[in-house]
Amino acid sequence: MSTTQPAVAPTAVPPQSGVTERARKAKKRLTSPWASGIAVIIAIAWTVPTFGLLVTSFRPELDIRRSGWWTVFGDAFAGEGVFSLRNYESALFDSSTNLIDYFVNSLVITLPAVFIPITVALLAAYAFAWIDFKGRDILFVAVFALQIVPIQITLIPLLSAYVRTGINGTFWPIWLSHSMFALPLAIFLLHNFMRDIPSSLVEAARVDGAGHVKIFFSVMLPLLTPAIAAFAIFQFLWVWNDLLVGLVMGSTSTSPLTVRVAEMAGSRGGDWHVLSAGAFISILVPLIVFLALQRYFVRGMLAGSVKG
Amino acid sequence: MDWLLRAGDDPVHKFLLMIIAIAMFVVVMALILFVVDRRRNPSKWFVAGGFVGPALVLLTAGLLYPAGGTIVNSFQNRNGSEFIGFDNYARAFSEPAFVLVLGNTALWVLVAPLLATFIGLVYAVVVDHSRFEKFAKALVFLPMAISMVGAGIIWRFVYEFKPDQPGIEQTGLLNQVIVWFGGQPVQFLLERPANTFLLMVVLIWIQTGFAMTLLSASIRAIPVDIVEAARLDGLSGFGMFWRITIPSIRPALVVVLTTIAMTTLKVFDIVRTMTAGRYGTSVVANEFYEQSFRQNNAGLGAALAVLLFIIVIPVIIYNVRQMRLAEEVR
Repeated sequence: MSTTQPAVAPTAVPPQSGVTERARKAKKRLTSPWASGIAVIIAIAWTVPTFGLLVTSFRPELDIRRSGWWTVFGDAFAGEGVFSLRNYESALFDSSTNLIDYFVNSLVITLPAVFIPITVALLAAYAFAWIDFKGRDILFVAVFALQIVPIQITLIPLLSAYVRTGINGTFWPIWLSHSMFALPLAIFLLHNFMRDIPSSLVEAARVDGAGHVKIFFSVMLPLLTPAIAAFAIFQFLWVWNDLLVGLVMGSTSTSPLTVRVAEMAGSRGGDWHVLSAGAFISILVPLIVFLALQRYFVRGMLAGSVKG
Repeated sequence: MDWLLRAGDDPVHKFLLMIIAIAMFVVVMALILFVVDRRRNPSKWFVAGGFVGPALVLLTAGLLYPAGGTIVNSFQNRNGSEFIGFDNYARAFSEPAFVLVLGNTALWVLVAPLLATFIGLVYAVVVDHSRFEKFAKALVFLPMAISMVGAGIIWRFVYEFKPDQPGIEQTGLLNQVIVWFGGQPVQFLLERPANTFLLMVVLIWIQTGFAMTLLSASIRAIPVDIVEAARLDGLSGFGMFWRITIPSIRPALVVVLTTIAMTTLKVFDIVRTMTAGRYGTSVVANEFYEQSFRQNNAGLGAALAVLLFIIVIPVIIYNVRQMRLAEEVR
């Protein structure tokens, strides 16, 4: 014990605020060469693969085949023109790839597939949190338990139902499927947020004569904006990045970007000039959404878990 | 009617359809709420039905009913014309090709969550409170926004192979590194069993950010007095990490592990994009797709889907129990 005394004593002398004190200590911890070494290695390993493909997507086709992307920096210093937007042009507009059409499909699929389940889930979550009906708890547990159903197990019967009703091959099955699959997690998460709203607010509105519909719109919705944003980002990323539902439920005129890019990876696996540009075209939108709304995303993630 | 269904290749038509779909949905919901609101002194059931009803209808039609159908299918032959008992399951557990698939899946579920959680934890600890914390975390966090298809392509490029001949340069980073150190380039995605692990790297790369964020938050939540007391007892560095940090965040660790395990079980996109399940890399979720939609063996596909369902249940039960514990601790 005595050996630790000197180490502790100096920190106790100036009555600094605890936070700066801890921060100072922590900084000392990171300056240990091991820790910073590990941090740098992980950070590099997590960044370089993306960076490499990004650089590649701007290089001419021939260069990509002849040399690695890392050689580009030497050439750039030598003053050679090594970058162009040609790959993006051909990935987006060439008739063989035509990613612009699939980009439109991804947008058309994603917006309703985010809006519809959130609305349905908000209403259900409100009932589970604030309407005291009989059998509520059992029903809520049942909805919660549905999270364990992997979507694979639903696909074939759903698909044959869509074929029977004649809507197969259109956008409708994709919108419907995404909406249905999202509900268990959405209801669970939004219910958790709704329950945290102080009941005094709800009571006050009730005393003023407001019914459930009025309370839902004028008390709940404004307070829930952050929670809605959090789940909207989840669902947006989930739908935009989804491959399975788009592949199974879609047809050539409704396929999202992921389906087309995955197809290109299979059939034109060596054409890195279109493949790299295609990958970044499909990554761009979620990346922007994610960076802009990261704060909400983290909050949502800490409140529940992430859909798998 | 057909105009409302098929948009063909016309982008304007597609956007119009999208707006109409949303508008139709809004009208239906508004109607339901209007009816609920109009009734004077409605029973609680009536109001609750208006709020929960749409969700229950969608859940029944979209999850319960089809899941039941698949379970029935799994006991039928390839086109569902006759019942064949447990034959599909027997085949999945005995035929060498499927045993390999099951083995691969087990390997994924055991290795990928552990490594993602471990790296996420280590990274959270080493960058915590450093000057670049925000930036450093963002770097590891970003892959979470990237689709598994995109990530698969990013990593396939890292693993790219060019034959080892004079005048030909490697374009894949990993092979170039090997060549720099004087080695021979390798066709990574064809090398069994290493290729399965190389595919796992992609998932680990995506999921580490999730582990880091959750674990970092729960490390922050460790009460200061516990840390101070341990420090007075002479703990620091690794001892502090092992004796104080790990036990304090144990519930969060389990939640992270099981959550990633559930994602891992259903991983399909990565395998599909990188090898399409060839070279001995297939997993249950990929084989389900292959059998159901490529080989047109609906019975076997259904059995694989049910297997996926059965494997995931114990993981989820454990996850929920630990989440409860974690909430109690908080």
